[in-house]
Amino acid sequence: MLEIKNLKVRIGDVEILRGVNLTVNAGEVHAIMGPNGSGKSTLALVIAGHDGYEVTAGTVTYQGRNLLDLEPEERAREGIFLGFQYPVEIPGVNNAYLLKAALNARRRHQGLDEIDAFEFLKLAKEKMALLGMDPKFLNRGVNEGFSGGEKKRNEILQLAILEPKLAILDETDSGLDIDALRSVAEGINSLRSPDRAIILVTHYQRMLDYIEPDQVHVLSEGRIVRSGDKSLALQLEEKGYDWLREAATA
Amino acid sequence: MSTSSEKLESLVNRRYEHGFVTDIETDTMPPGLNKDVIRAISARKKEPEFMLKWRLRAYRYWLTMQEPTWSHVRYTPVDYDSISYYAAPKSDKDGPKSLDEVDPKLLETYEKLGIPLHERARLAGVAVDAVFDSVSVATTFKEKLSEAGVIFCPFSEAVRDHPELIRKYLGSVVPQRDNFFAALNSAVFSDGSFVYIPKGVRCPMELSTYFRINAANTGQFERTLIIADEGSYVSYLEGCTAPMRDENQLHAAVVELIALKDAQIKYSTVQNWYPGDENGKGGIYNFVTKRGDCRGANSKISWTQVETGSAITWKYPSCILRGDNSVGEFYSVAVVNNYQQADTGTKMIHIGRNTRSTIVSKGISAGHAQNTYRGLVRVMPQATGARNHTQCDSLLIGKDCGAHTFPYMEIRNPSAKIEHEATTSKISADQLFYCRQRGISEEDAVNMIVNGFCKEVFKELPMEFAVEAQALLNVSLEGAVG
Repeated sequence: MLEIKNLKVRIGDVEILRGVNLTVNAGEVHAIMGPNGSGKSTLALVIAGHDGYEVTAGTVTYQGRNLLDLEPEERAREGIFLGFQYPVEIPGVNNAYLLKAALNARRRHQGLDEIDAFEFLKLAKEKMALLGMDPKFLNRGVNEGFSGGEKKRNEILQLAILEPKLAILDETDSGLDIDALRSVAEGINSLRSPDRAIILVTHYQRMLDYIEPDQVHVLSEGRIVRSGDKSLALQLEEKGYDWLREAATA
Repeated sequence: MSTSSEKLESLVNRRYEHGFVTDIETDTMPPGLNKDVIRAISARKKEPEFMLKWRLRAYRYWLTMQEPTWSHVRYTPVDYDSISYYAAPKSDKDGPKSLDEVDPKLLETYEKLGIPLHERARLAGVAVDAVFDSVSVATTFKEKLSEAGVIFCPFSEAVRDHPELIRKYLGSVVPQRDNFFAALNSAVFSDGSFVYIPKGVRCPMELSTYFRINAANTGQFERTLIIADEGSYVSYLEGCTAPMRDENQLHAAVVELIALKDAQIKYSTVQNWYPGDENGKGGIYNFVTKRGDCRGANSKISWTQVETGSAITWKYPSCILRGDNSVGEFYSVAVVNNYQQADTGTKMIHIGRNTRSTIVSKGISAGHAQNTYRGLVRVMPQATGARNHTQCDSLLIGKDCGAHTFPYMEIRNPSAKIEHEATTSKISADQLFYCRQRGISEEDAVNMIVNGFCKEVFKELPMEFAVEAQALLNVSLEGAVG
């Protein structure tokens, strides 16, 4: 589904990704771990199409197409979803309104009829019940005055409603208490399916206690320095990242 | 990120939709202003003697006055001798008696503007008065309104048919020498709308006036007077458009509202005069005096305005809170793009006891435009228990525009409670990226954010107008992001 080859990315003079290779197939869950500043969020934003980064080399292919040619909204309509690390507040714009507009943009692109307000509310309430969210979230401004945990849950609600093919969740677990973490993880697990791929960007092993990844990658200084199965995450929890850095430079 | 803010700037350049000219024969007076011109206007309107005298007195005041220079706008001075002060569609010299007598071309014009006088008005239950250049061409629903005792007619007709009301109320809120433009209007006003709601009557429908400037080199000076007698209620809507012309055109209107005891007036405006082109050429100079007088106890006047047009806007719809417990409200969205300039706001003058006022102003600037909020809250010594809440928000799109806020407060009673909140924000690249990542185009995202920003004001507009205002806003900002 997603194939990244030798991807190099910079902001200004600073090279952040220095040759990333990654292949993600439908049905798989990949975890990307790594220390602060290793380029995890950059990778997520580049896949989503943020124009603050300059791609200097490499290719990103999504479902056989050159992803780097597409505008961010086109990528979204093609089924790429980014759960933001810091979801932005948009005061005055109703949460339900944004979500409905997003869903209909995707549906139009797929040649489906737009969903009306009543059907949308029904769908949204269903999904919110699954995630244990209060329906009154729908009528608030997008992330306006939400706590950190509420913002993350709101991202998962959007994920559940938009049903993307490829979901990239950037530190969705940070800032969540243990109950919130569990319900967010359950939400993500319920979306696992043979035709959907999920990339979890995370610092900690604890998220992976709930969501079992097929593969774990360690990103360090702009490169994937180690890949393995879920046991790699446990090793990291125990030893930290330094041993990998040493191994990589040795 | 830089590219997305550049994109943001370029979204604002959609074309003005109402810029057509109607090819219709007009009866236009030669340019220039003197006593003879005023006599001629008065004669053409078949006005009683008192009206002519009133006009001439205003003209004498005007000659002694100076054009104000304190506002935060710049423009080439108006040459008052090059303007024609009266233009009327020729075929309607004596004024149409009914819709059937209205020139079909005129009706077509209103059709183009989206105001089919008969059909849509009827469906919407809105009574419409349409002012084309200097004369009022059609007033719909007159009969139904008169059953309720409501008078809704062209101003010139009211001068002839209801002189007692005109004598009593005209100039009682905005005196002839109130300011330079009000004095000019008082001397040369040509038409406008007159509304009287009798005691205890709730006006059975929304009343509406559409103003259009068509003729070239013509000023438009309409006069609106609304009187809500004790315990009555009226909601009044005003819309404005003009053709695209390279010269600047002057619009200097006066609106007076009078609410007696327990009466309520809700006055809504969607102003879309031609704003000039993207280089700042042409456009309407909109120098307007609007004021409401809450004359009786427990009365309420509410102004809601959506200002998207005009090259220059100079306008401060105000409330004089004279009656005890009276309430004044001002809700405003002012959008400026390209080289437009707006200096707008309100005055709330608290005189009665326990008077309350609310000000919500939303200014949006894009392109090279400058947007100024100027507001005065004055609490007089006798106004015990006065309260005001002011909220003043500015939204900037792009890096070449400006937002300015000048709040004035004069509080002379220690019991007053005054609150002022102000914010300035930009549509951020992060907000746009967030929306785009959800599949929403940049343009739709800007519209969504701008509409969200203005929501508090839009919810004050009557339903039909709110939809129009929202659409208009999207058009005004098209190309603002790029």
